[in-house]
Amino acid sequence: MTPYRFSERIMHAVAAVSFVYLLLTGLAFWTPALYWIATVLGGGFLTRAVHPWVGVVLAVAVTWMFVTWSGVMRITDEDRAWRRSMGHYIRNEDDRMPAVGRFNYGQKMLFWVMAGSTLALLVSGLVLWLPHYVPRSLAPLREIAILAHALAALLTIGAFIVHVYMGVAVVPGGLKAILHGGTTTDHAGARR
Amino acid sequence: MAATLNIVRVSASPPAAGIRSEPTIAKLVDTSTCIGCKACEVACQEWNDLPPETTVQMGTYQTMPDMTSNVWNLIRFSEHDTDDGFHWLMRKDQCMHCAEPGCLIACPAPGAIVQYANGIVDFHQDACIGCGYCMTGCPFNVPKFAEKTRRVYKCTMCVDRVAVGLQPACVKACPTSCLQFGTKDAMLQAANRRVEQLKENGFPQAAVYDPPGVGGTSVVTVLAFGDRPELYGLPASPVVPRAVLFWKGALKGIGNLAIAGGVLAAAVHFIRYGRKQKAP
Ligand code: SF4
Repeated sequence: MTPYRFSERIMHAVAAVSFVYLLLTGLAFWTPALYWIATVLGGGFLTRAVHPWVGVVLAVAVTWMFVTWSGVMRITDEDRAWRRSMGHYIRNEDDRMPAVGRFNYGQKMLFWVMAGSTLALLVSGLVLWLPHYVPRSLAPLREIAILAHALAALLTIGAFIVHVYMGVAVVPGGLKAILHGGTTTDHAGARR
Repeated sequence: MAATLNIVRVSASPPAAGIRSEPTIAKLVDTSTCIGCKACEVACQEWNDLPPETTVQMGTYQTMPDMTSNVWNLIRFSEHDTDDGFHWLMRKDQCMHCAEPGCLIACPAPGAIVQYANGIVDFHQDACIGCGYCMTGCPFNVPKFAEKTRRVYKCTMCVDRVAVGLQPACVKACPTSCLQFGTKDAMLQAANRRVEQLKENGFPQAAVYDPPGVGGTSVVTVLAFGDRPELYGLPASPVVPRAVLFWKGALKGIGNLAIAGGVLAAAVHFIRYGRKQKAP
């Protein structure tokens, strides 16, 4: 497990906390069956007011991640080889997987899906944030924004489910590494 | 007529259990007899205790460019000068009280928008969260956002007057009976009678505007140029935006299935393959 620098852990924590808030409150607005989440988190009116600002926080955190990681996240030939034998990885036959650098293909895909979706959510979210500033002549823009926001959010939810499941339940030391840095077996790799 | 406390539809909620059968009510707007006096605008402000809004000199007989959160009733004016001759067209802009209200369909806040059995669509600002989705759902550009309260407002059809058997304030004030109020059936009859008169008097295109795309409306409008509602600033065939219907319909179903499927897949994977071995 790659150890994570302190700054990486902080930015991941900011992204994680803001994402979870946005996920929960977004779901409250997505379906009336989950509107109670907004009630628990301070009521619909407050939730509607806070959600966009937390969205800005997430966008900042994701931008930070992008600046930090976009270099190492580039998809290489190694990754393409990894993708071809992904079945083994899913079946936990890790001895049959090609070697990888700091991040494997799955982690890189997560990064790009989250980066792209966050951009889409930010742009569509701005329209949804201030609908009364979007003139009637641009009404189709509001309709597109509604759909784009929902679709991009669904994409991030899919990625989030896989990410949290892998990190917490499947990959040993994954959770520990992102919370506390290195793993017990890997002091030497060092805290860069 | 038509007590209004019988709710049939509530935003972001299961169908409401209003069980009393009540006639649908409607307001008739006969644009051909509107003289543009603005008595209805004043009556609306006054009855609803709306603060005065500064008027805008537009060089026409229109009070201001658009309705606002304080102005729920605006007589729109347009000059029409073609082969048909020269005409001043007046039209009463307000909430149409759609049978299929796009505002209510788009609203995510339970109880913020209700539809009464008599056809009135009303906003309850206490439950409104100010998201503005109703503004996107409405095909008539009616709901208006107020910066001051961060909530959305529109014509209530004087629900508080109708509930006690009075007609809406605008109808009460109208000096030419261009505005009338009654059951929808009666209003449609009156409208059709008026259309026949107009047809006999040189307006063969006269028609009743009661758009089926939104299930009909509780504001029935007589248009002398009924073949071209756009002349009056009305959409020719308004519908609830397809994007809104798709979002609240198919997309919601697909999305919920996908989320549930994702969680389920993770659970099955864990049971089948479990945790990875620690790297040696
Ligand atoms: S005109 Fe607009 S605000 Fe009024 S009921 Fe129809 S959709 Fe709702």
